[in-house]
Amino acid sequence: MNHERIRISGGRIIDPANQIDRDGPLCIADGRIVAVGYQPDDFVPDRDLAVPGCIVSPGFVDLCVRVREPGQEHKGTLASEGAAAAAGGITTFCVPPDTIPVIDTPAVARLLKERGQRVARLRVLPIGALTRGLNGTDLSEMSALKDAGCPAVGNASVPLASSLVLRRAFEYSVSSGLPVILRPEDPALRDRGCAHEGSIATRLGLPGIPEAAETVAVAQSLALIEHTGVRAHFGRLSSARAARMIAEAQQRGLPVSADVAIHQLHLTEEDVDGFDALCHVEPPLRTVTDRERLRSALAEGVIGAICSDHQPHDLDAKLDVFAATEPGMAALETLLPLTLRLVNEGVLSLPEALARLTCGPASMLGLPAGRLDPGAPADLCIFDPRACWRLEDPNWRSAGRNTPFWGQSMIGRVTSTLVDGKVVFQG
Amino acid sequence: MCAANATTLQLDSSGNLRHFLSIEGLSRSLLVRIMDTAESFTSVTRQAVKKVPLLRGKTVVNLFFETSTRTRTTFELAAKRLSADVLNINIATSATAKGESLLDTIRNIEAMQVDMFVVRHAESGAAHFIAGQVAPHISVINAGDGRHAHPTQAMLDMFTIRRMKGDFAPLKVALVGDVLHSRVARSEILALRTLGVSEIRVIGPRTLLPVHPETLGVRAVSDLDQGLEGVDVIMMLRLQKERMSSAFIPSEHEYFARFGLTETRLAKAKPDAIVMHPGPINRGVEIDSRVADGPHSVILQQVNFGIPVRMAILSLATQAGA
Repeated sequence: MNHERIRISGGRIIDPANQIDRDGPLCIADGRIVAVGYQPDDFVPDRDLAVPGCIVSPGFVDLCVRVREPGQEHKGTLASEGAAAAAGGITTFCVPPDTIPVIDTPAVARLLKERGQRVARLRVLPIGALTRGLNGTDLSEMSALKDAGCPAVGNASVPLASSLVLRRAFEYSVSSGLPVILRPEDPALRDRGCAHEGSIATRLGLPGIPEAAETVAVAQSLALIEHTGVRAHFGRLSSARAARMIAEAQQRGLPVSADVAIHQLHLTEEDVDGFDALCHVEPPLRTVTDRERLRSALAEGVIGAICSDHQPHDLDAKLDVFAATEPGMAALETLLPLTLRLVNEGVLSLPEALARLTCGPASMLGLPAGRLDPGAPADLCIFDPRACWRLEDPNWRSAGRNTPFWGQSMIGRVTSTLVDGKVVFQG
Repeated sequence: MCAANATTLQLDSSGNLRHFLSIEGLSRSLLVRIMDTAESFTSVTRQAVKKVPLLRGKTVVNLFFETSTRTRTTFELAAKRLSADVLNINIATSATAKGESLLDTIRNIEAMQVDMFVVRHAESGAAHFIAGQVAPHISVINAGDGRHAHPTQAMLDMFTIRRMKGDFAPLKVALVGDVLHSRVARSEILALRTLGVSEIRVIGPRTLLPVHPETLGVRAVSDLDQGLEGVDVIMMLRLQKERMSSAFIPSEHEYFARFGLTETRLAKAKPDAIVMHPGPINRGVEIDSRVADGPHSVILQQVNFGIPVRMAILSLATQAGA
């Protein structure tokens, strides 16, 4: 156990969950938060961590991170992606169930959780598969997965075989007490598409994925959420209409929440022009209007979380004809600066932005993270919001370099990341 | 991972063709230069010895990842008439079937000291990708990539139109049929716009038209009679058989009834209208035989002009400085 008493001084503490935004020290003892914004009379620090000019925030909670372990270690490992996550200020992250083997047994779930703790020194939360082997038809053993530490079950990016299986999966999740994470996409409408069905795909002759592939799946799920009462979270929305449907469902009181991948808030279908495989993502980058309305939905809180949707790849994965390349971006280390870019562009205030990275995602899965409560584990991200750095080799930790932001200047950089009061990253 | 746009990838610093991937980004004067050069090659194909030494000592590789007869044959003849050595590689039955990656295939053939790749591939962007990967002295000619582009076909069609009509400016052009899946249509639209025709219409059922056709600079019409009203050029597109099984259209019969070009329908167009088709033709599906073989048809001229136009493109692409 870590008995060290640490004082973090000179920073501005922002804890959106407790509506704290003030200068002052943050005191840690035995790996837990003792006091926020003041130093108790009897607190004598063993160590002072001076962070002048920096923001002291709860550690970030990322709802969708592929570490590629187990099964695709040539793309990334818990060690490499854990280091990248820590460098990105992320202290808790969820791993979708499409690992190899799939997270459909307690053994795989425990492997990830335990190796996450030991190798990555972060809180790694496996999302259980809704169906066995993600086969879309047979329910997984959800109660066992819950006991093994899965905070939710999900379909990763694999559609269920029918609306009947979806209904049963929802009902069974309710009785297992697990929320469901859905990445909504109608497989028939998606067909062989690889880019947003819009003017760019029309010009480039790329098979399109219509917006309706998302809205039809959201509509189907919403009807069954209403029918079953399952607590559901829609992951990685891409379209304005889907966001509006979720807003309406929330107004009607349905237990639904949503997140968006950070790249959807910055890039659009235009970025695919020239067949840029680095911008090949799923769901696809959509129109400028979609991007603007996703930003609005984020600001209004309809979308309560931003995730990295981190998908590191080996070089070969992107070295092919556009449709044959593997989708996804490496994004852990750009999550903070790209979120701060939204603050600079006036989309969100800084505390609102941090809420979407901390208590927002944590509350969606009922995780005890993303907030600075006295007595809670000291999971912190300390960052310099003005530090300017370039996305290039010596600064990059992920095994995947597949980001279209490579070479760009970023503003905002993590200086320290702490988990249980232990420094897991020092910039 | 190069995502250069068509213009920067295709032209060298002096604006000469380095690769020929798409009509996008090419100037009107360059298109005219291609047609003028092709014009000069038409006499070569009439000579007793049908050869010029422009590509002597060069090796042209026809790299076909998708089967083709007409395009591959005319490229082969064009290269041979320019005195190049020609290597035909049919990848559809070759290396990638054994699990070799596209890039490895390219690297291996590149290592044989070749000078030019003529590439046909089933996926959009294939020629772009290969052009971004090859050594600086190698030119890539797109012989059709997915639904994206078939720029040499578009140029031979432009050449045909110029031969028949002279000036592009007053022309009204209709493209009829499966525009959604047609690389030929996309390239033709770009070429026609660059050459400044007065109007382009695309005619077909909604299922076979791309979304936002207006962003291509064309007007979508769903009625053939209305769409053909007063046009100078009718470009028919091939309807592939598999469209019936995937719910794009109900039947060949209904398709022909609504969108098939017959003599009666042709009468809606200008009296001197020409009818074009990139081939292969589905007689009785998209076009009636009496039209395909009739006096307005220039379909066989298109095939004939394929050789001088491809000679022009091959020769221009070898002249660019690195």
